[in-house]
Amino acid sequence: MDAVTEITIFVLAALVGFEVISKVPATLHTPLMSQTNAIHGIVLLGGLLVIGFADNPLEDAIGVIAIIFGTVNIVGGFLVTDRMLAMFTRKKSRPKSEPPSGGEDSS
Amino acid sequence: MTLGALALDSDALAVCYIVAFVLFIFGVRQGTHPRTARRGNWIAAGGMAIAVAATLATDVIGNWPLIATGLIIGTAIGVVASIRVQMTEMPQLVALYNGLGGGAVALIAWSEFRHVSEGFGLEEFIPILFATVIGSVSFWGSNVAFGKLQGLISGASVKLPGQQVINALLLVGIIALCVVLAVDRDSPSEGLFIAVLVAAGVLGLMVVLPIGGADMPVVISLLNACTGLAAAGAGFALDNIALIVAGTLVGSSGTILTLEMATAMNRSVGNILFAGFGGAPVGSGSSEQRPHTSIGSQDAAIMLAYADSVVIVPGYGLAVAQAQHAIKEMADALGQRGVTVRYAIHPVAGRMPGHMNVLLAEADVEYEDLVEMDDINPDMPQTDVAIVVGANDVTNPAAKTDPNSPIAGMPIIEVDQARQVIVIKRSMSPGFAGIDNDLFYDDKTSMLFSDAKAAANEIASAIAEL
Repeated sequence: MDAVTEITIFVLAALVGFEVISKVPATLHTPLMSQTNAIHGIVLLGGLLVIGFADNPLEDAIGVIAIIFGTVNIVGGFLVTDRMLAMFTRKKSRPKSEPPSGGEDSS
Repeated sequence: MTLGALALDSDALAVCYIVAFVLFIFGVRQGTHPRTARRGNWIAAGGMAIAVAATLATDVIGNWPLIATGLIIGTAIGVVASIRVQMTEMPQLVALYNGLGGGAVALIAWSEFRHVSEGFGLEEFIPILFATVIGSVSFWGSNVAFGKLQGLISGASVKLPGQQVINALLLVGIIALCVVLAVDRDSPSEGLFIAVLVAAGVLGLMVVLPIGGADMPVVISLLNACTGLAAAGAGFALDNIALIVAGTLVGSSGTILTLEMATAMNRSVGNILFAGFGGAPVGSGSSEQRPHTSIGSQDAAIMLAYADSVVIVPGYGLAVAQAQHAIKEMADALGQRGVTVRYAIHPVAGRMPGHMNVLLAEADVEYEDLVEMDDINPDMPQTDVAIVVGANDVTNPAAKTDPNSPIAGMPIIEVDQARQVIVIKRSMSPGFAGIDNDLFYDDKTSMLFSDAKAAANEIASAIAEL
C-alpha cells in the first residue's frame, strides 16, 4: 500500500474517531479509556507479524514480549471495561424507573 | 506447520480488517449511553477477535509455539488483573495498560528495524522511528504514572534543577539521532537505534516525574493518546491498516480527553507538562488562622435531613478513604426521608477522566444521579445543602473571584452558591495545589473534620435515628 493511501486512511480514521468519541459522556470516560486500552491492544497484530520473521533468540524474545503485552491489553482491557459497565447498567433499587416494555433504546 | 491451503490472501485479510473497524467504531459509538455501552464493548471485542484471527490465518505467520506462549501468558495476566483490580485502582491499571501498549510498539519497531534491508524507503523508516520514540516515551512515562498512582514513588512533584533544559536537550538529541539513522538507512547502526530507544525512555521518565497527583487525569489521557499514535505509526511501518485505524481511533480518544481535562483545569497541556504545579505544596504561605465554623456529624445529619435538596460533591479524598459505599448509604438515608440527593461531578474530580463516576457506580449510585458540573451549577442557588467530600480545589471560589490565584479561571462546582455548605475534610490543610480555599471560611460553611468514610457512616446512622 502506498504512503498516500495510508495517510488518507489515517486522516479519515482520525475524523471518525473525533466524531464518535466526542459524543461519549463524561460519566463514561473511564470505561472509554479502558476500552481504548483494549483497542490499542491491536499492536498484538504487529507482534504476530514480526515474530514470523524473527531469526534469532533476541528477536524471538522481543516478539514474545510484544505478543504478551498486546494480549494483556486486549483481554484485560475488554474484561475490565465490562466489569465497569456492568456497574452502570445493573438495575436494582429503582425498578419503577425502568421504562415500559418496548421502550428499550436500541440505538 | 503449514496452513497454506487455508491461508487468507491480502484481499480477504483487508475485508476482515474492514469488518473489524466497523465493529470497533460501532462498539465505541454504543459507549455513548450506559444502557448500550456494555453491548458495545463486546461488539468492539468481537472486532478485535476477527482482526486477530484473520492475521493468524495469513501465511506470513510462523513460530507458532512462541505465538501460543505469548497469547496464553498474556491472556492469563489480563484475566487475573481485570478481575482483581479495585475500582479505586483503575487509574493505575489504565496507566499500566497504556505502558504495555507503548512498550509493545517500541519492541515491534525494534524488530522491524533489525529487518530493514535495502529497498526500505523513508516512508517505512520514518514510521519505525516515530513508533520507537513515542512507544518508548509512553512505556516509561506510563510506568512512572503507575508508580505514582500506586504510591511506589512519591506522588508529589519531583523536580531536578534545569529539568526543562535537560528535556529539551534530550528531545533535540533524539531527533538528531533519528536524522542520522534515516540518512544512513541502507546500513543503519543498531547501537544508535538503541540509543534512541533509551533516550526516549529517559524523556518519558523526565516528563512524567515532575507531574503531581492532581494533574494525573491529563497525563493519563495524554499517554493514552501517545500509545494510540505509536500503534498507528507501527501500522505505517508494517503496512497494516488495522493498526493504523485502531491506533488512530485511540489517538483521537486520548487527544479529546486530554483537551477536556486541560480545559477543566483552565491550563494548557504544555503548562501541565512543564510547570509541574499540581503536587508541590506551593510553600505554606498564609498559615494565619482564620475563623471557621466547625460542626459534628449529629449537626450535619440534622442539616441534611431537614433539607429539600442536597448535592454531594465528591473528590479524590473520597476515593482515598474508600468512602463511596458509606456516602451512598448516607444518600439512601436521606432519600428515604424524601430529600432529593444528587452528585456533582467535576471533570477532574478523580485521578483519571470519569473516575469518580465509576467509584459511585460501584456503590450502586444511579447513573441519572451523577450530574456533570455544567448541568448542576445552575441548580446550586436552589440547593439547600451542598456537602463536599474530599474535594477542595474544584470548589474554590477563588477560581472565579481572584485573578491572581493559581487556579484563576478554572471552572468549579459553585457550592458557594448553595444555601448551606458542609465540608468533610481531615483538617484545614490546603489541597494539592496548595491554595487556601475561601469556601472554608464562608459564613454558611460548616467544617466537619473527619475521615470521609467515618463521617458518612456517622451521619447516616444519625439520620436514621432522627
